[in-house]
Amino acid sequence: MSTYQAHFRIWRGDPGGGELTDYTVEVHDGEVVLDIVHRLQATQAPDLAVRWNCKAGKCGSCSAEINGRPRLMCMTRMSVFARDEVVTVTPMRAFPVVRDLVTDVSFNYVKAREIPAFVPPAGLGPGEYRMRQEDVDRSQEFRKCIECFLCQDTCHVVRDHEENKEAFAGPRFLMRVAELDMHPLDAAEEAGLDRRRTAQEEHGLGYCNITKCCTEVCPESIRITDNALIPLKERVVDRKYDPLVWLGKTIRRRKA
Amino acid sequence: MSPVSSVERQRWDVVVVGAGGAGLRAAIEARRAGARTAVICKSLFGKAHTVMAEGGIAASMANANEHDDWKTHFRDTMRGGKFLNQWRMAELHAQEAPERVWELETWGALFDRTPDGRISQRNFGGHEYPRLAHVGDRTGLELLRTLQQKVVGLQQEDHRETGDHEARLKVFQEFTVTRVLKDGSGNVAGVFCYERESGRFLVLEAPAVVLATGGIGKSFKVTSNSWEYTGDGQALALLAGAPLVNMEFVQFHPTGMVWPPSVKGILVTESVRGDGGVLRNSEGRRFMFDYVPDVFKEKYAESEEEGDRWYEDPENNRRPPELLPRDEVARAINAEVKAGRGSPHGGVFLDVSTRMPAETIKRRLPSMYHQFKELADVDITAEAMEVGPTCHYVMGGVAVESETTATVGVPGLFAAGEVAGGMHGSNRLGGNSLSDLLVFGRRAGLHAARYAAGAATAEVGEEAVAAARAEALAPFDGSSEGGGENPYTLHQELQQTMNDLVGIIRREGEMAEALERIAALRERARRIAVEGHRQFNPGWHLALDLRNMLLVSECVARAALERTESRGGHTREDRPAMERSWRPVNLLCRAGDGGITLERVRTEPIRADLLALFDKEELAKYLAEEELDA
Amino acid sequence: MRSPGRASIAARHLRTDRWWLSPAATAAGLLAFVAYSTWRAFANAHYYAAPYVSPFYSPCLADNCVPMRGGPNWALFGSWWGLSPALLILVFPLGFRLTCYYYRKAYYRSFWAAPPACAVAEPHRAYTGETRFPLLLQNLHRYFFYAALPVAGILTYDTALTFRDSHYAWGHAGLGTLVFLVNIVLIWAYTLSCHSCRHIVGGRLRHFSKHPVRYRLWTWVGRLNRRHMQLAWASLISVAVCDLYVYLLATGAFDDPRFF
Repeated sequence: MSTYQAHFRIWRGDPGGGELTDYTVEVHDGEVVLDIVHRLQATQAPDLAVRWNCKAGKCGSCSAEINGRPRLMCMTRMSVFARDEVVTVTPMRAFPVVRDLVTDVSFNYVKAREIPAFVPPAGLGPGEYRMRQEDVDRSQEFRKCIECFLCQDTCHVVRDHEENKEAFAGPRFLMRVAELDMHPLDAAEEAGLDRRRTAQEEHGLGYCNITKCCTEVCPESIRITDNALIPLKERVVDRKYDPLVWLGKTIRRRKA
Repeated sequence: MSPVSSVERQRWDVVVVGAGGAGLRAAIEARRAGARTAVICKSLFGKAHTVMAEGGIAASMANANEHDDWKTHFRDTMRGGKFLNQWRMAELHAQEAPERVWELETWGALFDRTPDGRISQRNFGGHEYPRLAHVGDRTGLELLRTLQQKVVGLQQEDHRETGDHEARLKVFQEFTVTRVLKDGSGNVAGVFCYERESGRFLVLEAPAVVLATGGIGKSFKVTSNSWEYTGDGQALALLAGAPLVNMEFVQFHPTGMVWPPSVKGILVTESVRGDGGVLRNSEGRRFMFDYVPDVFKEKYAESEEEGDRWYEDPENNRRPPELLPRDEVARAINAEVKAGRGSPHGGVFLDVSTRMPAETIKRRLPSMYHQFKELADVDITAEAMEVGPTCHYVMGGVAVESETTATVGVPGLFAAGEVAGGMHGSNRLGGNSLSDLLVFGRRAGLHAARYAAGAATAEVGEEAVAAARAEALAPFDGSSEGGGENPYTLHQELQQTMNDLVGIIRREGEMAEALERIAALRERARRIAVEGHRQFNPGWHLALDLRNMLLVSECVARAALERTESRGGHTREDRPAMERSWRPVNLLCRAGDGGITLERVRTEPIRADLLALFDKEELAKYLAEEELDA
Repeated sequence: MRSPGRASIAARHLRTDRWWLSPAATAAGLLAFVAYSTWRAFANAHYYAAPYVSPFYSPCLADNCVPMRGGPNWALFGSWWGLSPALLILVFPLGFRLTCYYYRKAYYRSFWAAPPACAVAEPHRAYTGETRFPLLLQNLHRYFFYAALPVAGILTYDTALTFRDSHYAWGHAGLGTLVFLVNIVLIWAYTLSCHSCRHIVGGRLRHFSKHPVRYRLWTWVGRLNRRHMQLAWASLISVAVCDLYVYLLATGAFDDPRFF
C-alpha cells in the first residue's frame, strides 16, 4: 500500500464568481476522485460543496468535470492519473452553478415534464400486459439511464448555446421519447399524440448533429446516438420527410 | 439572525418525507385520493437508495410456477422472519404484491419477460418458487424510475387542468426534515425542514405526514447503504412520541467489499461463492471448514476435495461450507478477523482467481468482474477480493398499524418502507423489500389522504417553529464557545462503536460498553461546532444527522441487550439459541425526557386460519408454549 | 459556456489530453480523399484497363466512355456531354456518404468544429443544427441509401467481370481481382451497415416478435452497424485503392500479376 500527495485544483465559488483553488491532499491506494473530495471536506475545506449519494455509479449524483471531461467522481479512479499530474475538478459547465461543485440541474427536470408520460393501452388491465423480450430490449437499454445528466452537460447544443435550452430537450430526454416510441404497448398514437412529430417539433431533435459526445460520456455505456437518437431521426423521416410514406398514407386515407 | 416569523410556511394535505420507492408510491396514492401532496427528499428527485436494489420484487404472480400463491409467499416470509413478523402485514404484503407489480407495468415499467410475454420471475434465497420480478440486476432503478415518471405524469395531468405542474403534487428536492411538528392536542401539524442548497428554513403545515426515509446503515462503519441512511424517519418518529419496534434486528450481508475504501460495504453477490469462490484467511486456510455447526455437519463437506467435487457433482457430494447460511458465514469471517487472521483491511479473502480460468470468471460473473475492475481496479481473475460483513438492512423500525401504516400514539403520522418495522420480523427475505415499499407505500398514502380529509386544518404554533429553528442552528453556536467537537470525528467514532460492539455478533458486555460510549458521544454532540454558513454546508448537515444516528443507535443497542436470544438478524454469542418464549415479544423503544426507554409488548396472536397454513410440527419449533396451547 | 449563472471559468476547455488529434486526423484523411477523388473524377482518363473498370467510372453512362466489353456502360448521355462521365455517377455515392450519419459526425467535428471534441467549446456564435435548410436535407439520407444499392450492385457486376483476363476470357484472376473483391465486400458492408438501412429492415417496427425474419435481419445489420465508422473508412480507402490500381495499370506503370 502506498500513499502520495496529489495536487488538486478545484473550482470554488458561486454564481457571483469563483476560481480554481489549489490543494495538496493525501491519496491512498484504490481511491477515486470523490474520496479525495471527501478528504478535503474532512480536513481542509469543511464547507466544500459536493453532491453525491450512492458512491457506486448507480445513482448519478456526483457528476462533475475532471480534467475537462464530464465524469462521475465516484467512478474516476485516482490510478488513471500520473502522480505528478494536476487533477482539475470543476462543476458541470452547462448548468448554472449553485456552489463549488454543485450545479442547478433543474433544466433537466423541466425537460422531463415536457415529455408526455407512457399512455397505457385501453382495454388492457394490470396483469394483462404481454410483451416479448425482443420487443422490450430496446427500451430497456434506455431505461438503464441513471440520470447523471453528463450527456446533457456535454452536448454542445446547450453547453455552447444557452439560448437553445428552450427548444432542445437534450440527449437524455430525446432518448426518453425514443424509449416510449419503441415501447411495445405505448398507446400515444391512439390518444392522438404523435411522439415522432413532437420529437422534431417540440423537443428539438433537429438540433442534434449526432456528434456522439453523449454516447462518449455515458457511464452506463448506453449507445444513445446509435440506438436512440438516430433511430428517432429515422422515425421522424418516416413521419415528416418521406414522400413515399406520405403518398401511401394519403392513398389509404382516400380509400378509407 | 432573522426573526422566527420569517420562516416561510406552506399548507399541504399530506407531506411525505422521503422519495424512495415507499415515499413516491405513497405520494402517488395520496394525490390520486385527492390530497394535495408534498414530497421532501434529501437528494435529487430520482436518486434515492432504492436504485441500489438489484435482485427483484417478490410477488406471487405465478408466472414461472403456477403453484405459487400468496399463501406460499406468506409462509416463506414468516419462516424467513422466524415468525416474529407482524403477521397481518406479511399477509397483506403477500396478497397485494402482485397487483402492485402489475400496476407498475401500466405506468411504463419494463420487466424482463417470460417466453410467452409475461413478467419473468427468478429464484431467490428463502422463496419456495421463482418469484422475483426483475430487470437484469437493476430492478430497484426500474422501480424508482417508473414511480418518478408516474409522479411526472400526474403533474402533467395537473398542468393540463390548472396550468401548474405542482398544484397537487410537488417534490421538494434536497430538503432535510429535522422535526415533525404537532399542534396543541398532540396531532401532527406539519414538518420543519431546511433546504440543503441555501440553508433556508421552511415549514410545511399538514395534518398527515408519511415517513418513508429508509434505514439506518450510516450508523455502522461498513455498510451497503448510502449517506442518506441516517435513521432520520426513526428519529423523527421517536421525537414526535411514536415508538420503534424490534430495532435489534439488523441484517448483515457476509460479503461486502472492504477494500478499497471508496467502495467499502458494497455487496459482493452470493453467486461468487455459489460458482466456486472460496474464503481464505491470512494464513491461506479455507477456514469455513472449522465453522460448520453441529446441526449442519451432515449437510456440508468435510474436506476441500469433497467440497470441490460438489460444484460438478452435487448429487454425490456435500456442498462446501462457504455456502452455509449468511449468518453462519458472517460469524465465521468475524471470528477470523478478531483472531488476527484477517486480511490487511479487516476482512478475509474471497478468491476465484485460483479456482477458475480467467475466461470462465468473466463469463460467469460479469457484473462482479466489472464492479471490481471499475470501482476498485482489482482484477478478480488475478487476485483475491477482500470481503467482510456489511450492514445491509434494518428489520426493526417505526411501529405501525398493519392496515393503515399509522404509527402508535401520534395521530396523523404514518410510516412505510424500511423505516417501518414489523413486516419482516427478525430477518428479511431478498426481494421482499421492494414489494414492501410498494404495498405499504400505497397504503400509507391512501390512509394519510383519508386521515387528512377528515382532519382539522393543521396549525403549527410559533413556539414549535422557534424551537425547531433554534435546534437546527445550534451547531453554529458551538464555534463561538471554542473547543467545539468536529461532527466528522463523532460520526466516525459512532460508526466504529456500532460496528465493533453492536455489529453482527453481539455480547452482553460489549453492548453495555456501546451504550456508555453512545452516551458519551451524545454529550459531546451537544458541543458540536460547525464553521461557515448555511449554504450547502456538509458539516452542518452531518451535525444535524448525528442527532438521529445517536438516537437510533441507542435503540438498537438497548434492544439488542434486552433480547436474550439469537434470532434472525440478532446474533448473540452469549445467547446462541432461538428461544420460543421470545417469539411473542416485541421490544418497543421510546424517547422520553429521561432518555431512551424499552418496553416489552406481547404480540397479537396469529390468526387461526393463517396458522393453519403451517404444519403443527413446524409451528412447534417457533411458537411459545402458551401459544401452542391456545 | 460563459452564460450568466454558470461557473465562471475563462478557459474554453480544461481537457489535458490530445483531444485535437482525432478531428485533425479525420480532416486530413477526408481532405486527402477529396483531393484524390476530385483529380480522378475530372481526369476523364486511365479508368479502364481490361478487365478492370475503376469504381469511380462505373456505371459509365455517357457517349464519351471508353468501350468496355461486357461492362456497365450505356450511353444514356449523348455526345453533348463533354465532361468526365464519372461526374454523372459519383453524385450518388457522394450524396450517400455526405449524408451518412458517421460522416456527418466526422465533418461536423473536424471541419465545422461543432464541436471540435467533447466538452471543447465550439467557436460559433449561433447554432441551429439540422433544423434548417440546407442541413435539413440530411434527412434525405435514406434515398441516397436506396440509390447506393444499385450502384453497389453494378460494382459487384464489375467485380464478377474481373474473373476474366485482358482478352475477356473467363476463369482467370489476378491481383486486381483480389483488390476488387476486397473493395466490393467493404462497399456492401458499409452500405448495409447504414443507419437508414437498419431502420428500414426492422428498426421502424414496434413489435419485432411479429416479424421474426425482419428482426433477424435487423440484428445482423445492427451488428454491422456497430462498425459503421470503421467500414466507412475502410471502404473509402478501398475504393480509392481500387481506382489507383486501375490507374496504374492503365498508365502502364506495371502489369497486373495474374494468379491463373
